[in-house]
Amino acid sequence: MIRIIDLYKSFGQKKVLQGVNLQVNQGETLVVIGQSGSGKSVLIKHILGLLRPDKGKIFIDGVEVTRLRDDELRKITRRFGMLFQGTALFDSMTVGQNVSFGLERYSNFSLEKIQELVKENLAKVGLQGIENLMPYQLSGGMRKRVALARAIAYSPDIILYDEPSTGIDPIRADAINDLIIRMKQELNVTNLVITHDMVSAYKVADKIAMLYDGRIIEVGTPEEIRNTENPVVQQFTHGRAKGPIKNW
Amino acid sequence: MLDSPTWSFIPLKNKKMFQRVKLYHFFSSFILQLGEVGLLLVKILKNLFRRPWEKKIFIQQLEEIGVRSLAVVSLTAAFGGLVFGLQTYVGFHRYIGPGSETYGGPIISLGLCKELIPILVGLMVAGRVGSAMAAEIGTMKITEQIDALFTLGADPTRYLVVPRILASLIMLPFLTVYGDLIGIAGGFFYNVYLMGVNRVLYIRNTLLYIEIWDVISGLIKAAAFGLIIALIGCWQGLRAEGGAEGVGRATTQTVVIASISIVIANFFLSKALPADLGI
Repeated sequence: MIRIIDLYKSFGQKKVLQGVNLQVNQGETLVVIGQSGSGKSVLIKHILGLLRPDKGKIFIDGVEVTRLRDDELRKITRRFGMLFQGTALFDSMTVGQNVSFGLERYSNFSLEKIQELVKENLAKVGLQGIENLMPYQLSGGMRKRVALARAIAYSPDIILYDEPSTGIDPIRADAINDLIIRMKQELNVTNLVITHDMVSAYKVADKIAMLYDGRIIEVGTPEEIRNTENPVVQQFTHGRAKGPIKNW
Repeated sequence: MLDSPTWSFIPLKNKKMFQRVKLYHFFSSFILQLGEVGLLLVKILKNLFRRPWEKKIFIQQLEEIGVRSLAVVSLTAAFGGLVFGLQTYVGFHRYIGPGSETYGGPIISLGLCKELIPILVGLMVAGRVGSAMAAEIGTMKITEQIDALFTLGADPTRYLVVPRILASLIMLPFLTVYGDLIGIAGGFFYNVYLMGVNRVLYIRNTLLYIEIWDVISGLIKAAAFGLIIALIGCWQGLRAEGGAEGVGRATTQTVVIASISIVIANFFLSKALPADLGI
């Protein structure tokens, strides 16, 4: 379970998070929606320990990660898989080396077993026979799927997705949505998804939270969010330029 | 990484105050950046002996810094030796007289081993390798690859910085020994084969007056330059931000800062290292 309590973060004069409170339960898929630059990626980076908050706490199964030293934090990151917005594939490595990177560090499997798992995880995202290609030889959608294979390869129990459907065609995006749902159903994985894509959000979410003005302004089931009275959430979910959100 | 202070609250009444503010800004950012390098150095020392050792990256870096710099070091050392040989010949011929040029051998060797070759190697590697380190790490930083390393269980300092520092520390002295040999050969070639200086006397004088400490002190300097280049390259790469422009800035800054630091460090090392061991 992930619990975020009263999280604040500023970069210079820019206040990004101003008291975020959020809870993601074990085996649940929570989707965080919000405008570009609203601090969604900053929020996810705090959970991973990549950023330290100015104020506030984050607990992962009761352990406060915001106070841990880097080496202690690295033990916890074993539990996380992260799909980065821009894929963050290591461009000096082949696809196979990218996918096996976490496996080599987080497991004691033999080389043969690791290679087998690399193939298996690439197959899960619909890719085969590309282990020896370099990331620059792949299309945007393929890169995204390789990054996803890398994030799930060592069987983490919490997976964080930063804009999983951005930059790929609607059919592939839907395949990734199915994979997120399957990971939760088969492995009881906890998913935290950040997205603008409301189709994807409604499909995969158990709960949706909206981040606006540095705070979570609404949390609810997809149905509750769809029927909300909150004008800010309504404007965002319906994709309207006119409404209370002015600074776009 | 570290935000610049905001000066909007200071009433800029006159030019003098503005200059004072600028001077204060310059010194405060200098101190902050020095602190960043210091903190990185502490992290490196902490991670130096911790497992897992990144052997593959270390070997890649040995090749990148050492083997791939051989061509550029060969060229600069050869021409450095030739021009040093030329000026020494002119100096002896003009001021001491014909026949005294054979004493140019030890002077060329001393100058090359203690000063010119370590500096040339340092500057060449700073331009070739230091900038590449900043560009590679900087690109990894802005494309979130460093964050990905962290989430996949690798300590970015241990994975990216430590192998580069170690490889640079080791390869710079090797490149300097290689450059010394090429440079001395260049000086020898100019004096003996082009200007007809007596070969036997030239070699005898060189062997008679050159000491092993002259070579070793140059290697100590080279190791220090290696540390400076890798440290600055990695530091600039890690603090790169703002896309391609940021990476470009980090690369340029690395070459400028590393080159200046090498020249300054060379003076202090020359002053600190004894002229000979007095044996």
